[in-house]
Amino acid sequence: MPFIPHTEADVAAMLNAIGAPAIDSLFDEIPAGLDCAGLPGVPEGLSEMALMRLARERARADGDWLNFIGAGAYEHHIPAAIWPIVTRGEFYSAYTPYQAEASQGTLQLIYEYQTLITRLTGLDVSNASLYDGASALTEAILMAVRSDKQNRRRVLVPATVHPRYRAVAQALVNAQGIEIITLPYCTDCGHSLVDALDLFKNQPAAALVIPQPNFFGVLEPVDALTDWAHAQDMQAIAVVNPMTLALLKPPGQWGHQGADICVGDGQPLGIPLSSGGPYFGFMTAKQALVRQMPGRIVGRTVDLDGKTGFSLTLQAREQHIRRAKATSNICSNQGLMVAAATIYMSLMGPQGLTRVAATSRSNTRALVDRLTALPGVSEVFKRPALHEAVIRLPGDASEILRALTARGIQGGYALGADYAELSDCILVCATETKTDADLDLYAEQLERILSRRDIPKCKMQPKW
Amino acid sequence: MQDATEVVNAVLIFERSQTGRTAAAQLPAAAVADLPAEFLRATPPALPEVSELDVVRHYTRLSQKNYSIDTHFYPLGSCTMKYNPRGSNAAAMLDGFLNRHPLADATSGQGFLASMHELQEILKEVTGMAGVSLTPMAGAQGEFAGIAMIRAYHNARGDTARREILVPDAAHGTNPATASMCGYTVKEIPSDKDGNVNIDALRVAVGPQTAGLMLTNPSTIGAFETGILEIQKIIHAAGGLTYYDGANLNAILGRVRPGDMGFDVIHMNLHKTFSTPHGGGGPGAGPVGVAERLLPFLPIPLVIEAQGHYRYLEEADRPQSIGRMSAFGGNQGVLLRAWAYARMLGRDGMRRVADYATLNANYLAVELARAGFDLAYPQRRASHEFIVTLKKLKDATGVSAMDFAKRLLDYGFHAPTTYFPLLVPECLLIEPSETESRETLDAFVAAMRAIKTEAETDPALVKGAPYTQPVKRLDDVKAARELDLAWKG
Repeated sequence: MPFIPHTEADVAAMLNAIGAPAIDSLFDEIPAGLDCAGLPGVPEGLSEMALMRLARERARADGDWLNFIGAGAYEHHIPAAIWPIVTRGEFYSAYTPYQAEASQGTLQLIYEYQTLITRLTGLDVSNASLYDGASALTEAILMAVRSDKQNRRRVLVPATVHPRYRAVAQALVNAQGIEIITLPYCTDCGHSLVDALDLFKNQPAAALVIPQPNFFGVLEPVDALTDWAHAQDMQAIAVVNPMTLALLKPPGQWGHQGADICVGDGQPLGIPLSSGGPYFGFMTAKQALVRQMPGRIVGRTVDLDGKTGFSLTLQAREQHIRRAKATSNICSNQGLMVAAATIYMSLMGPQGLTRVAATSRSNTRALVDRLTALPGVSEVFKRPALHEAVIRLPGDASEILRALTARGIQGGYALGADYAELSDCILVCATETKTDADLDLYAEQLERILSRRDIPKCKMQPKW
Repeated sequence: MQDATEVVNAVLIFERSQTGRTAAAQLPAAAVADLPAEFLRATPPALPEVSELDVVRHYTRLSQKNYSIDTHFYPLGSCTMKYNPRGSNAAAMLDGFLNRHPLADATSGQGFLASMHELQEILKEVTGMAGVSLTPMAGAQGEFAGIAMIRAYHNARGDTARREILVPDAAHGTNPATASMCGYTVKEIPSDKDGNVNIDALRVAVGPQTAGLMLTNPSTIGAFETGILEIQKIIHAAGGLTYYDGANLNAILGRVRPGDMGFDVIHMNLHKTFSTPHGGGGPGAGPVGVAERLLPFLPIPLVIEAQGHYRYLEEADRPQSIGRMSAFGGNQGVLLRAWAYARMLGRDGMRRVADYATLNANYLAVELARAGFDLAYPQRRASHEFIVTLKKLKDATGVSAMDFAKRLLDYGFHAPTTYFPLLVPECLLIEPSETESRETLDAFVAAMRAIKTEAETDPALVKGAPYTQPVKRLDDVKAARELDLAWKG
């Protein structure tokens, strides 16, 4: 029996000890007639060998692509050391560290993670992680509303925040009567304009969300935006890509007072793309907000002998204690993903992380140069940017991306579905994993596709 | 051997840092980032400067400071700590699955999507529901999706006066927290002396304000809710919907199905019943299943198959959906592990999970009772878990359930869940799972027996435990009062 060790003799002895004639009789408190008697819709069981054969076939079918899509999930090199450690049984098959003495490994790792992420973001405190970047933004919005002294239930979110993040926030705060107001962006420069925000001065809002870099890869005027938010007595919520913080000013130093809460997705830090998850959301904040934070938090303390140790702390915020009055219903963190990110940040160090960010940026610039050398292809926002760029194509963006896919290239993300004004545009990304030859290949293939489009398609005639 | 300082104190990765040291093989070539100074940080982030071996050794050693299923029996009630098959991990860690971008075209993800579709169909079958969405990233998010769908259903009918969710007092804390997050008020329903929902109290509580009931079954006391069909009728008659918290699905897998009992919505914890790793706190996965009338509201994306081609259904296909729970569709790698596990179990293996989890729990309960422990509900048949109460022992010796739990660590066992559910004093909630052998259960009983004797003869010994772990009991008050959440060195 897969994963069940019982021999026939065990079963007989155990039933005898219980005083039950058969296993079926152990279910005698279930109302009669409910037994489903079989699950015809579930396939027959497979041995591990047969399962692996099937899984390999399927994984192979998903192929090996030259990927230039970013848009919130980034293909970076993942050091080989990371995942063998993360999947060690002692991390992989442990529970939440409620029994602190027998969980010091997980607890110290989370404490180190909290230290790393506060240093990267320039803020005081961190939790042990949330589900993903989008749900972390949602929790930040709830936290800002919860801690707002004027009880304002409105939050300003620029259209340059990842569209999926905005969709998730909408779905999750919907029931709590919190209004999300989408702010327009400057369609020439690709970022928010502080002057334009003054239109919203009289909208009583608890917070302004500030992405850096924004969804288009463009850098936002974060100092001015943060100061504007604070001038309206709103909190500033930063949404950042942690990789870029090796180069960029940390949110804790934005403007005169710094952002109040910072969130984002930790995927770029050693976590595979994996069709979208699991990733992890991070959240850091100013010290004053620590009791409003959702999720688990690890603290450093001492044991009976005065020896340093770690334990979960401030649990009175959480659902298992406060129930209906908890800061969130969240009951987990993305533990293994945090382990991967902690190992990644330690391996890369300040120099490595800076190089990954800088090389990703220079590769993206090199890609943009190659692509915009083609007739009819242009860069939409010529502003300081990190490792993503919006490219306008001469024709239907989705159709061109499909043609690239047929040539083994994932060419980017079509923006038309989220931004009507960018219907002929794609978002491209070239991380440190791309070589000059990769960039040349993309440009060559795009050139072929575009030149073919100029030739009238020959009409296919049915053959009789 | 660990170095002397480490034995005394927990050395942090930052304390191993030496200026200028790197894990050089991991560094890409340098490049210049010619960005305006106003956007840049003044100094590089203060990350540790260490070698690759430093990192590997540091985190390998940290891992050794954990108890885990792979190293210890872990009978943590309500958490279903069963063996996480290595084969599930191997299948999910194949390159083709790991390297696919979430926004890549569906044509490049047919293998992955086919597996997700299979999992969706398997979960429909085992729950007896009309539809399943895999997207919630944990049990709590599944709960959120479920209650949000109940809300959307009532709203779609213009039935907006229903402001209340009923939750039994034995429920997990996530239930009332979820109801609050969905904008509902919570009314608690007491349990009766047998640990069932008090049906008379339920009848009094229910009314036109009732949006629904959240019920964990088998309940957190480890027994099947015998009045479950009656409870259904009461809620439905009042126009409310019924939510099945599938935290304890392991106890009934392949035997009875929430859909057949008439439930409108269920969430499953795949990190429990489908043996995906708990990972020291996550990531989990909390898919939701619904009855026919809630189908339009399922969270997106859903996987659909048409003429052998798989794709996601998104906003445009599902206008009444409660929306998106995550940026990219959920904890896909966890779902792949659940898929692998489900395929290895197959249709007969599902039922064996419930059978042997229940056999192990009942055996352990009987043996502990023989060893002189008090079962909280001796009149009930244990499901996959059961409660021992140490109230009498505490009164007699001063040794609490917490002390007992800590002493178990010294005997090489992870502790059961303590002080939950809240309604049983000095309780240990014990869940052995189906993957443990009779010898392991017998060894656990022997340890429990030995600690009981220690408590009766030398209570101070038990109250001072543990003695064998990297640290002794920690000062939680100091941790909360003198917050140290990040190293300032």
